[in-house]
Amino acid sequence: MEDIYRKYLADPGALQTLRASEIPDQLFEKLDDSEKDSEFVAMASKTYFQDAWCRFRRNRMALIGLIFIALMILAAIVIPVLSPYTYDGQDMLMRNAPSSWAHPFGTDKFGRDILVRCMYGARISLSVGFAAALLNLVIGVVYGGICGFIGGRFDLVLMRIVDILYSVPTLLYVILIMLVFGANIFSVLLAICVSSWVGMARQVRAQVLSLKEQEFAQAAYVIGASKPRILFKHLVVNCMGPIIVNTTLMVPDAIFTEAFLAFVGIGISIPMASWGTMANDARSLLMSYPMQMVWPVAAICLTMLSLHFIGDGLSEALDPRKR
Amino acid sequence: MADRPYISVQHLKTYFDVTRSLFEKRQIVKAVDDVSLDIWPGETLGLVGESGCGKSSLGRTIVMINKPTAGRILVQGEDVTALRGEALKRFRRDVQMIFQDPYASLNPRMTVGEIIREPMDIHRISEPEARDARVVELLRIVGLKPDHIRRYPHEFSGGQRQRISIARTLALNPRFIICDEPISALDVSIQAQIINLLKNVQREMGIAYLFIAHDIGMVKHISDRIGVMYLGHLVELGTSDDVYFKPLHPYTRALLSAIPIPDPVAGKARRRMMLEGELPTPLNPPPGCPFRQRCPQASPRCGETMPELREIGGHWVACHNVEG
Ligand SMILES: Nc1ncnc2c1ncn2[C@@H]1O[C@H](COP(=O)(O)OP(=O)(O)OP(=O)(O)O)[C@@H](O)[C@H]1O
Ligand code: SF4
Ligand SMILES: [Mg+2]
Repeated sequence: MEDIYRKYLADPGALQTLRASEIPDQLFEKLDDSEKDSEFVAMASKTYFQDAWCRFRRNRMALIGLIFIALMILAAIVIPVLSPYTYDGQDMLMRNAPSSWAHPFGTDKFGRDILVRCMYGARISLSVGFAAALLNLVIGVVYGGICGFIGGRFDLVLMRIVDILYSVPTLLYVILIMLVFGANIFSVLLAICVSSWVGMARQVRAQVLSLKEQEFAQAAYVIGASKPRILFKHLVVNCMGPIIVNTTLMVPDAIFTEAFLAFVGIGISIPMASWGTMANDARSLLMSYPMQMVWPVAAICLTMLSLHFIGDGLSEALDPRKR
Repeated sequence: MADRPYISVQHLKTYFDVTRSLFEKRQIVKAVDDVSLDIWPGETLGLVGESGCGKSSLGRTIVMINKPTAGRILVQGEDVTALRGEALKRFRRDVQMIFQDPYASLNPRMTVGEIIREPMDIHRISEPEARDARVVELLRIVGLKPDHIRRYPHEFSGGQRQRISIARTLALNPRFIICDEPISALDVSIQAQIINLLKNVQREMGIAYLFIAHDIGMVKHISDRIGVMYLGHLVELGTSDDVYFKPLHPYTRALLSAIPIPDPVAGKARRRMMLEGELPTPLNPPPGCPFRQRCPQASPRCGETMPELREIGGHWVACHNVEG
C-alpha cells in the first residue's frame, strides 16, 4: 500500500494501470455534490413527440411526402381563388387545348381549365380523406378502447359485431347508404367510414387489452383514477404511435376509394370535379389526348404515395422498439 | 399503540378462474385461501413466501385491484369490500400500494410532475396552485430534485423511479401502504437506500406497511411482525424475532435453514398437479395440510385435516405437529 502511494507521488500516470481495489483510500478525492448529477446534465429532456419528430425528419422519403402534401393543400386552397377560371366555366374555343401559360395543364373537351379542376378535385379528395380518417380515429379509438378496457363478455359481443361489419364489402355499404341518403359525397364519406373504422378499433382494443395489465394502469386504479381517465390518459396515450400511423394510412385509402367510386360514377354530381370523374371524362379521349388522363391520375398516385411515405415514416418514428 | 388494528383481513379468499375454454373442466387457482391477519397503525408486517404463493394476490386484493372471492377487509372496523363510488375513493386515499417493477409502474408518457400530481388532482387535495409546491416538497422528501419535475420516467434509474412511485403514493397522505417487493427489481446497492427511505417516511408519517418480499432476512430487518405464506395459506405469524429465531412451522424452518427447501421445482410441479387434479373447486378443497408433500414432519393426520392457525404464546402457526 505505502509504496503504491509513493510510486503515485513519483509518477501519477503509473496509477492508471492499477485496478480500483488496489488504489489506496488516500488517493480518492471526494466529489462535490454537483458532480453527482452530471448524468442528468448530459441529456436534454425530450418529449415523446419531439423525439419522434427528430427521427421522422431523418427519413428523406417521408419528409418529401410531407412537403408534397403540404404544397398540395396550399395549392388546393389558393389556386381556385387566384385563377380566372372556374371548375365549370366552359370555353368552346379552347377545347382540348394542350398545356400553355394560360392553361398549364391544358383544357378538357368542354374547354374547362384542367389545373383548376384538379385543384377542386384535390379539395374533394383531401377533405374526404382527412374527414374519413378523423371519424375513423374517433370512432375506432373510443369503440376499441372501451372494448379492450371492459373486456370479458361485453368485449366478446362487441368485437363479433365488428367482425360482421368487416365481412361486408365496402361497395355494398355504398349502395345501401346511397339508397337511404342519396348519391352524394356524404354517402361516400359515410360508406368509407363504416367500413374502415373496424381496423382501428381492433388495433386499439388489442393494445388496450395488454396495456391495462401493466402496473402503471393498476397504479392509476389504486390512486383512484376514474375509468375514463385510466382509459384515455393512461392507456390510449400509450398506443398513440399505432393510432397515428393507422390514421395517416387511412387517408390514402379513403382518397382512393372516393376516386374509384367517382370513376364509376358514384359520388359528386356533374359538373363538380373530382380526380375520379376527371379520369373518367378523359377515358374516351385517351387515344388522342392522353395528357388529360395523366393529370388526375398523377394527382391520385402522388398523393397516395406521399401519404404512404408519411405513414411509414411515422410508424418508424413512433415505434419505441426502433429507438 | 392504538386499541384496534388499522386493517383487519378476515378469512380472505381470492380465487382465479383459469378455465381456458367453455368445454374444459373448471380450473381454479386459489391464490389466497382463507387468510386472516391484522395490521396495526404504524407497524410493518413483513410477508414472505416463495414465488407464486399468493403474496401479491393478497396485497392486490387488499387494495381491491382483485375482487375477493370471500371474506372481509375491515379498515378501522368498516368493511370495505363492498365500497363503491365516493366511499371507494375515500378508501383509496388511505390505502395505497407500491409496485414491484419500477420500469412498468410509471406511465411513460407523463412527466414526473404530472405523475406525482395526479393523485392530488383526482382527490382534489389542496388548491390547484398549491399542488405544484407539494410536488416539489414530495420530490425533496424522497430524495429527488425539484428540476426533475419536467422529466420523463425513462430518464431515471430503477431506484429513482421507485422514489417517484413512493412520492406518488405519499401525495395522498395514506395511512397504510402495501409494498409489493419494492426493492427486488433494484440493484443491491440501491436496495438499502429505498428501504431507508421507506423507514424514514414511516417514522415521520406513522404509516403502516405490509411489506412483501421473499427474502426473510431482509424482511426481519425492517418488520415488527412477519407472516409466512405457503400456497395461498398463512402458515405462521409472529413478531420478527419469534419467527426468525424460533420458527415453529416446518416450512418457515426450511426457509430459514441454510439448506434450500427440498426441490422447489418439484414443489411447483406438485402445485400444478394440484390444479389439474380432481375438481379443486372452492366447494371441494383438497383435504389436509398444503405443505404435507414436502414436509419432513408429516404424519398421517396431516393428510386428513387442514391445520388451523392457532396461537402459541402470541405466535401463530398452522401445523398439527407443533406442541403448544
Ligand atoms: N389475474 C390472475 N389470473 C389468474 N391467475 C392469477 C392471477 N393473478 C395471480 N394468479 C395466480 O395466483 C398465484 C399467486 O400469484 P401471486 O402473484 O400472488 O404470487 P406471489 O406470491 O406474489 O409471487 P411472486 O413472488 O412471484 O410475485 C399464481 O399461481 C398465479 O399464477
Ligand atoms: S401440519 Fe403436518 S404436514 Fe403440515 S406442516 Fe405441520 S407437520 Fe407438516
Ligand atoms: Mg408478487
